[in-house]
Amino acid sequence: MTKDVVVTGADAVAPNGVGLETYWAAALKGVSAIQPISRFDATGYPVRLAAEIPPSDAESTFPRKLLPQTDRLTQLAMMCADNALAAAAVDPADLPEFGAGVAVSSASGGLEFGQQQLQRLWGTGWESVSPYMSFAWYYAVNTGQISIRNALRGPSGVVVSEQAGGLDSIAFARRRVRRGTPVMLTGGFDSVLCPYGVSTVSVATGVSHGTDPERAYLPFHSSSSGFVPGEGGAVLVLESRASAVERGAPVLGSVAGHAAAFDPDPSGSGGDGLARAARGALADAGLPAGAVDVVFADAAGSPDLDRAEADALTGLFGAGGVPVSTPKALVGRLMSGGSALDAVTALLSMRDGLVPPVPGLAPEEVDPRIDLVVGEPRGGEFRTALVLARGHGGFASAMVLTAP
Amino acid sequence: MARRAVITGIGVVAPGGIGTEPFWRLLVEGRTATRTITQFDASGHRCRVAAECDFDPLALGLTPQQVRRTDRVSQLAMVAAGEALADSGLEIDGALAERTGVALGSAVGGTTTMEREYSVLSEGGRNWVVDPSFAVPHLYDYFLPSSIASEVARTTGSLGPASVVSTGCTSGIDSVGYAAELIRDGEADVMVTGATDAPISPITVTCFDVIRATSARNDDPATACRPFDRTRTGLILGEGSAVLVLEELEHARRRGATVYAEVSGYAARCNAYHMTGLTAEGREMSEAIDLALADARVDPGAVDYVNAHGSGTKQNDRHETAAVKRSLGQHAYDTPMSGIKSMIGHSLGAIGSLEIAACALSMKHGVVVPTANLHEPDPECDLDYVPNTAREKRLDAVLTVGSGFGGFQSAMVLTSLERTAA
Repeated sequence: MTKDVVVTGADAVAPNGVGLETYWAAALKGVSAIQPISRFDATGYPVRLAAEIPPSDAESTFPRKLLPQTDRLTQLAMMCADNALAAAAVDPADLPEFGAGVAVSSASGGLEFGQQQLQRLWGTGWESVSPYMSFAWYYAVNTGQISIRNALRGPSGVVVSEQAGGLDSIAFARRRVRRGTPVMLTGGFDSVLCPYGVSTVSVATGVSHGTDPERAYLPFHSSSSGFVPGEGGAVLVLESRASAVERGAPVLGSVAGHAAAFDPDPSGSGGDGLARAARGALADAGLPAGAVDVVFADAAGSPDLDRAEADALTGLFGAGGVPVSTPKALVGRLMSGGSALDAVTALLSMRDGLVPPVPGLAPEEVDPRIDLVVGEPRGGEFRTALVLARGHGGFASAMVLTAP
Repeated sequence: MARRAVITGIGVVAPGGIGTEPFWRLLVEGRTATRTITQFDASGHRCRVAAECDFDPLALGLTPQQVRRTDRVSQLAMVAAGEALADSGLEIDGALAERTGVALGSAVGGTTTMEREYSVLSEGGRNWVVDPSFAVPHLYDYFLPSSIASEVARTTGSLGPASVVSTGCTSGIDSVGYAAELIRDGEADVMVTGATDAPISPITVTCFDVIRATSARNDDPATACRPFDRTRTGLILGEGSAVLVLEELEHARRRGATVYAEVSGYAARCNAYHMTGLTAEGREMSEAIDLALADARVDPGAVDYVNAHGSGTKQNDRHETAAVKRSLGQHAYDTPMSGIKSMIGHSLGAIGSLEIAACALSMKHGVVVPTANLHEPDPECDLDYVPNTAREKRLDAVLTVGSGFGGFQSAMVLTSLERTAA
């Protein structure tokens, strides 16, 4: 049945691990990548902490021709897509000419590249600006470059709703598969970790101005002081179950349900937008709330937003009714990359029967209504995961993923 | 029964006038709104011409706080959304609010404010480590393109799914296509959709200067954009927004709404060829056209009008001419095909929705709008591009196409309800 859309491959590029299994091992160990910003001198900045992707060997294999045309994050997104295709054992050459498309969300485009060119324009003059500027900064850059690199000529799209964009893009890709495109690459990638980007985030509601890496981003804790920005994301390969079965592809899970909502007051009581999105996603999946085995929370890290999310979760599951995982507390908030990465993390949790923890802090500090996975991975059989995301401005999105 | 998405409201902010009426008059009269850039001192630039909106957000009803926290790109859409909702007669409240979503296209989002603030934080481009103490309170809102959707959701009272669709220069077709699919799939009953861009700033003018994509015909701004004309020298940037109220057909019928047209077909393809280049054959655009026609159940021979991408570059004109011939066959030669970028410039992500609005108005009035500045046809472009003068023609099935950096190719079909009934 074409309605059943499955994930047959994925890859992740996260601050605590580049590559799917490297990231997953770090997440299970609770390895945090939050540290003082090292990419530039941020000593005078109100935001001093971030989760940066370290340089990796993989980057040395990136085609040299493309280096001057692309932001570093675009390069990482392209490598991530390569790996996701390989994991799914998809060779685009085997597909019909228009048989695969790309929908990778981005809220930042190639921002560092953009700042470099702004400096040339304002500091030197327009003639010194890169001829690649017209396509290296804008939000469709990762989707366009992945399409060209892999000769994917099918339907593409870039859905942007800040942190919610990763889930909304996976839902977009699911719609494309349901309407007949054999394979879709989807997910999200973002970075703000250049001087202008960090300056921009420094005035965002709810960003942490803390300087202690271990205490700066503590979702659902009474001492939470906001979120820490991170960078990276994930790419997933979606196709119909029939097609996956036919070619004997590994199946990580199904994209069983999705819904999105707008909430003009996301910190209001009841977490109304998030609750509506979650109920909508469950209805779309045809599952009751009781079927959910684990929740990957939006985990904003600021008291009012955390309380609103706890309200929503309690309304759905009752107090402590379901384990809640917040792996983004280890890698920061990655905007559209964050919810895509959470979706991948949820699939890996179901695959291995392990939910990743955050380092254990005093239990009395955690919202008593939330069964937060801390200290050690939580083991068990997880068949259904709910992933939640809220995007700055009022976006709410929810996705139900089910085990194969 | 299959759910169908119809246009019941239109709002426009375009060069040449604010509102649907001045927009339509400009197009029908074949006048151009391209002029020497006034929004910044472009005197040193290669291209110094653009199609600008004379736009005063406060005079048009936005509050000082709305203006402070938004880039012009959002303001254009907020005003257009207000006109579209008033035009539709729809009140978004009660249970309808949760069934109303927002999907707005934009290629470059709040770039203009981002650049202005960059120049302050960097002390005029002097410093790589910019000074965050000069960051204004709403900088993160300007930075996020998704702010466009959240602002419009707020002003319209929409509580359903909201997002921005940002596929470069096809954003304005892709956003409406996305909105139509949400209605067809039952995720919303009403979508406030369309697109907006406000790219007339040094950095975006520079982007096109350095690749010589824009026309340098600075001495004759009014005729600077000449699609399908052998004397063309490139595109002219524009700005603006068109917002549509898209509504599920039965919902519109129950309240007796006036329907402009049905968004009956949509498809997108990628050329996977080059970030800025187009193939001479137009295979991918042709594929998008074929699929959009099939989606709309419209025979290629039944297309009454093609709204061209018509950006004013030789590469584009030949690419889309080839694509339309490939899809419509001999019928392409009998089908009027015109490009409104000749009049209102290329407003990047916004233009696709402005073109959809133009198509819907053309269907309502039974008029094909012209391609302006077309006096010496390119012999390689041998279709009927409706030079300079509008024509009366009943339009029941209309095709609009777009191309964008990244290789994106999109096509949309609008049909009249009378056609479906017949």
